[in-house]
Amino acid sequence: MLIATLLIFGAALVGPVVHRLLGRFAAPVLALAPLAGFIYFLREAKRIFEGGSVFENWNWAPELGVMLGFRLDGLALLFALLVTGVGVLVVVYAGAYLKGHVHLGRFYSYLLGFMGSMLGLVLTDNVIALFVFWELTSITSYLLIGFDHQRKAARDSALQALLVTGIGGLALLAGLVLLGVLGMQASLDDPWSVSGLIEGLAGGAIDRDSGLVHGAVVLILLGALTKSAIFPFHFWLPGAMEAPTPVSAYLHSSTMVKAGIFLIARFQQGFSGMALWDTTLVVLGGITMVGTVFLASRQTYYKKLLAYSTTSSLGAMAMLLGLGANAAVGAMGYLFAHAMFKGALFLVAGNVDHGAHEKDTEKVGGLAGKMPLTFAAALLAAASMAGVAPMLGFAAKKLMKYGLHGSEWETILVVGVTAFSVMTAMVACMVGVLPFIGKLKGSAGEAHEVSPGLLFGPLVLAVLGVVAGVMPGWFAAPLIASAASSVAGAEKSVSIGLGSLMKADLSMALTVGAIVAGVVLFVVRALWRRATSPVEWLDVVGPARMYTRSVSGTLWLAWWQTRILQNGYLRHYVWTILGTTIALVGYGLYRSGIERIPLPIDQPFYFEIALVMFIMAGAIGASTIRTRLAVVSVLGIVGFAIAAVYVIFGAFDVAMTQFAIETLIVIILVLVVYHLPRFRSFSTPISRWMDVLLALGFGAMMTVLALLAADVTLSGPISDYFAENAAPVAYGRNVVNVILVDFRATDTFGEIVVLALAALGVMTLLRLRASNPNGGTEGDGGKGEGA
Amino acid sequence: MNSSVALPVLIPFATAIACLFVWNSTRLQRGITLLGTVGLLLSGLVLFQEVETYGVVSIQMSGWSAPYGITLVADRLGAIMVLLNGVVALTGVLYAFGSIDKGREKFGFYPLLSAMFGGVSGAFLTGDVFNLYVWFEVVLMSSFVLLALGGERPQLEGAIKYVTLNLLSSTLFLVGIGVLYGFAGTLNFADLAVKLAQTDRPELITVTAFIFLCAFGIKAAAFPFFFWLPASYHTPPPVVSGVFAGVLTKVGVYAIFRMFSLVYTQEMWLTHFIILWMGAITMLTGVLGAAVQTDIRRILAFHSISQIGYMLSGFGIAGVGISAAMAAGVEGQAERAAMLTAGAGMALAGAIFFVLHHSLVKMNLFFVAGAVKKLRNAEELEQVGGLYHARPFLGAMFLIPALSLAGIPILSGFWAKLALVRAGLEVGTYAVVAISLVVSILTLFSMTKIWANGFWAPPPDTPDGERGSDPGDEEDPPGYRLMLVPIVTLVVLMVAMSVLVGPAFRVVQKAADQLLADRVYIQQLWESSGKIERIDALLEERNYVTTVLGEEYLRALLMPIEEEAP
Repeated sequence: MLIATLLIFGAALVGPVVHRLLGRFAAPVLALAPLAGFIYFLREAKRIFEGGSVFENWNWAPELGVMLGFRLDGLALLFALLVTGVGVLVVVYAGAYLKGHVHLGRFYSYLLGFMGSMLGLVLTDNVIALFVFWELTSITSYLLIGFDHQRKAARDSALQALLVTGIGGLALLAGLVLLGVLGMQASLDDPWSVSGLIEGLAGGAIDRDSGLVHGAVVLILLGALTKSAIFPFHFWLPGAMEAPTPVSAYLHSSTMVKAGIFLIARFQQGFSGMALWDTTLVVLGGITMVGTVFLASRQTYYKKLLAYSTTSSLGAMAMLLGLGANAAVGAMGYLFAHAMFKGALFLVAGNVDHGAHEKDTEKVGGLAGKMPLTFAAALLAAASMAGVAPMLGFAAKKLMKYGLHGSEWETILVVGVTAFSVMTAMVACMVGVLPFIGKLKGSAGEAHEVSPGLLFGPLVLAVLGVVAGVMPGWFAAPLIASAASSVAGAEKSVSIGLGSLMKADLSMALTVGAIVAGVVLFVVRALWRRATSPVEWLDVVGPARMYTRSVSGTLWLAWWQTRILQNGYLRHYVWTILGTTIALVGYGLYRSGIERIPLPIDQPFYFEIALVMFIMAGAIGASTIRTRLAVVSVLGIVGFAIAAVYVIFGAFDVAMTQFAIETLIVIILVLVVYHLPRFRSFSTPISRWMDVLLALGFGAMMTVLALLAADVTLSGPISDYFAENAAPVAYGRNVVNVILVDFRATDTFGEIVVLALAALGVMTLLRLRASNPNGGTEGDGGKGEGA
Repeated sequence: MNSSVALPVLIPFATAIACLFVWNSTRLQRGITLLGTVGLLLSGLVLFQEVETYGVVSIQMSGWSAPYGITLVADRLGAIMVLLNGVVALTGVLYAFGSIDKGREKFGFYPLLSAMFGGVSGAFLTGDVFNLYVWFEVVLMSSFVLLALGGERPQLEGAIKYVTLNLLSSTLFLVGIGVLYGFAGTLNFADLAVKLAQTDRPELITVTAFIFLCAFGIKAAAFPFFFWLPASYHTPPPVVSGVFAGVLTKVGVYAIFRMFSLVYTQEMWLTHFIILWMGAITMLTGVLGAAVQTDIRRILAFHSISQIGYMLSGFGIAGVGISAAMAAGVEGQAERAAMLTAGAGMALAGAIFFVLHHSLVKMNLFFVAGAVKKLRNAEELEQVGGLYHARPFLGAMFLIPALSLAGIPILSGFWAKLALVRAGLEVGTYAVVAISLVVSILTLFSMTKIWANGFWAPPPDTPDGERGSDPGDEEDPPGYRLMLVPIVTLVVLMVAMSVLVGPAFRVVQKAADQLLADRVYIQQLWESSGKIERIDALLEERNYVTTVLGEEYLRALLMPIEEEAP
């Protein structure tokens, strides 16, 4: 299974090269990769039908709980066959559909990349790997939806799909990891394997009543529902129809959107029976089923019709899965049938677009004669979609209704499913019949039948739908049965004669009635649309609008907070930093009991007090005086007073250094002051008071810290060692000097480097100026902060 | 060979000095610098190998024993960071060859760059808190001049903000050192760790921890200290932005990792909880800042902040996990304590992994931004466009790291995110996990913004629906191909780290375990005071503390307590 997946990824990597080398033969060659997978899964099918399953396990990053563990059971088999089988058809179709497109090579890469991810997703038995593949399908889908990248609409809907499924994906990640962590806490053998976790949940090793499990359920459902476009996340799917048609056919009907359904089905045994799980699925699935097929009935654009009816079908599957073990067979049956007929219809839509250059079903007519084979495929697929006997769709509808039996929701669900059937039949007529019948209309006059590459896919899918319906026992029934039994658990599996249930019989009046009602609705569709037009106001409060609003709301919030924080004023930055520091350190001091610090006021020296007075007067002067020269000299007073303090405490060399520095600074500043522009004050009174406040706060903080450092000694200082060893070992009597050049010479080396760099900096800043033509730069830098 | 610890510091400075001697020949400077950075990378590899063998290697500078002299010491974390510095240096210099202008080359660009790498190595390797300050100053001065070099107006505006706020950081750092020295009377990390582990007034130690947290928070560009970064990162030439993104903020992050795993473990429930939330807010505010930018490098700069938040909150999760584990241990819940400890290890490993991942990816993205600038002479997204069609290769080289940054599997960013999410859920910091996931989707949003507007969208003045110029239509500007070399190298490295995530993660996990083990070791050391055989056994262990301080000093330190014991 790893090989099958990697083979497809490999084909994705070489896609552009193969395209360049082989041209129009690239598609069939690349399709060999999924074909090989398809054949492999067919060969394994027998074993699976008999109730077995195939395991594979490779290490990837066991430290993170990530294994490439694969498991092929009934559910995985159904999906794997769909992914690879429809995959082959779509690759071939895409080669013909996008013939001559400049980026066809890249398209193959994205499509096959998606295919590999999707295959990995349905096969994996490791929760992390599951998420990895899940997210990869989102990203490849982003690239595919935005394939017509030069159009803004394509880019926007690609982003929309990515964000909606991305949010769900992250919720899923959290949910899956949470499950794994719960598994670890429950000491499961392999807390990161899907099957192990499900067993743990079903067997009671993980307490299903705990809040964390409920959290995991919500998160996992969020992932599944966004991916499968279930209400209220259904809106991204119609938008995703910006993608080229083969993509819509493959991702947005047959495979990717079913990943959510797959996930629900996969975890069904673990969570089924939890009220949260079941109710959410039934309610949201039911709303989606009825609501979006209603939306579909009001559409005229080919792909929008198909998109809305797809979300509706996905809703039906989710609802069935919420009903428990009995309905699993209905869900799987409908899923299989849907992949066949909806895939075919999407490809038909592409053919109509290709042959008649029309995307609106109402604007074209009479294509049956011009495009007979396309029409044949369309008709068969539409019949299956509407549930006409003996198509697979008919059997699927029967299985669906079978699933509703015995549910506490039965009455309302039967009503819902009937409404769904009626409107689905109507939509089926619109997509499968309307463009082909009647008088030649619109661009139909110049229409032509499409090339074999474009016919192959829809015909195969449509015919399979018939074959599966007529001879269910051949492959459809065992496939559905084995999938359903891995969803519901082998012991609970439906022991009914699935084949006979799926056989066409005319006893089901309701089904026939629904088809008839659907056809009637189709005939009076103009009236229907007018009658239902009041629902348009829903757009204003609908989820699509909510999406737009939340995106713009987030952007507004982002703009606002950035405006406040990164406002471009250095003064504000300094305030924030100092304010935070004072608050944090102040809190630290408060809780460490600063009231215990003794104030050294017992024996004040008058000389010291005088010096402190000098320093304080200087500081106050420096911050109030308005002429630069005066400020410089007042600062000089502060410096000299500090140096005098050093002298009092016997640090003569430090004092000497300080004197020298202060003198130099005053001289340099006096020289520079002459060249500076006139002194102007930019600050407002408020901001100046803020400065005062922060300065006082910082000063207070420093004072307390200094007192603290002097008062508390937790262990003896290492300086004793320096004093003892300077003369005898390091041969220097000046301890400070010995520290600088010997004990801590590395520090001094670093500081010398700093000085050298500063000198270099001064020189380059003076000589290499943007305005200087001799050393001018090419304007390589970016723009300023632009406050 | 202990001198291997000093080489990653000495080689870049030797390179810088050699460049100064050939000031007038930029060609010779290029040669010397290339040689020097290759040397730095090789010395990093040698050191990494040695640490792999011995666990910890150290050297006493000037031959004075610790804690009196200055120790250079490499444990696993230090060695990884130095290796990273080597990678950043070599790719950065290669990129500079293709992209930097003549004026800057003539005025000391290369020696400044080398000096910065030397300072960064020093910061990663020093075992002494004041020495760390000195290396911070070296890095600050060299990066400031690099930032201002060229003297363009926006550059100077950014550089002023950069240097002002970073000098504030230096001041706080110095204050912190002063107070800490007043308390403990020593500057050596290991000595501090041992001495401060056994204090009866942990609240006082925490005061200094707060001072350092503010100082390093500025350096690391964490909330609410990050202002210098968005003000300056986009102003210099792209190579400077790239190299800064590669190592500059990481020095601050590293300092937090080092100080708060070795020295400040007294009140982890408070200090690390603050770091956790500081990280969480940082990642949120950074990504929101990025969401409203329209200039490629500004978007990237804000994302740097956001990603720093991830690293810090990962570290915070580790600390919170350890302190919860200790509490659980006291209450006798051994199983829970073991779970929490494992979660903490995962968080720390994830945080280190994140540092590596982010350096490679963010540097690469800045380099791609530079390539875009070279092609289109613009960085505003509106003025770019059309590159998907015209430059497919560059598109791939952007998309892969961009998706990695957004945490898309199977790329490195995903593994980093996964480790943190898992650790967060194990430790129980649910709110922070939720924030990190929201941030992740917003990151994806702004990466796709660059992709959709800069690459997918048609070039400016081209109507919607048209693609713009075809591949091969435009000629490669001079130096463009050379710029692609480091870009491709970084992508390959990142992809290798992603695909081989098993072995890669094992490396950071060992580093994380080593850091966590130091704390436990010091605990055991004090607990065994008085029991001579136990001390003997403990002192035989080779780890950070014993390697730096030596058996003799530690025994002397434990002696007085030994005498008091009955």
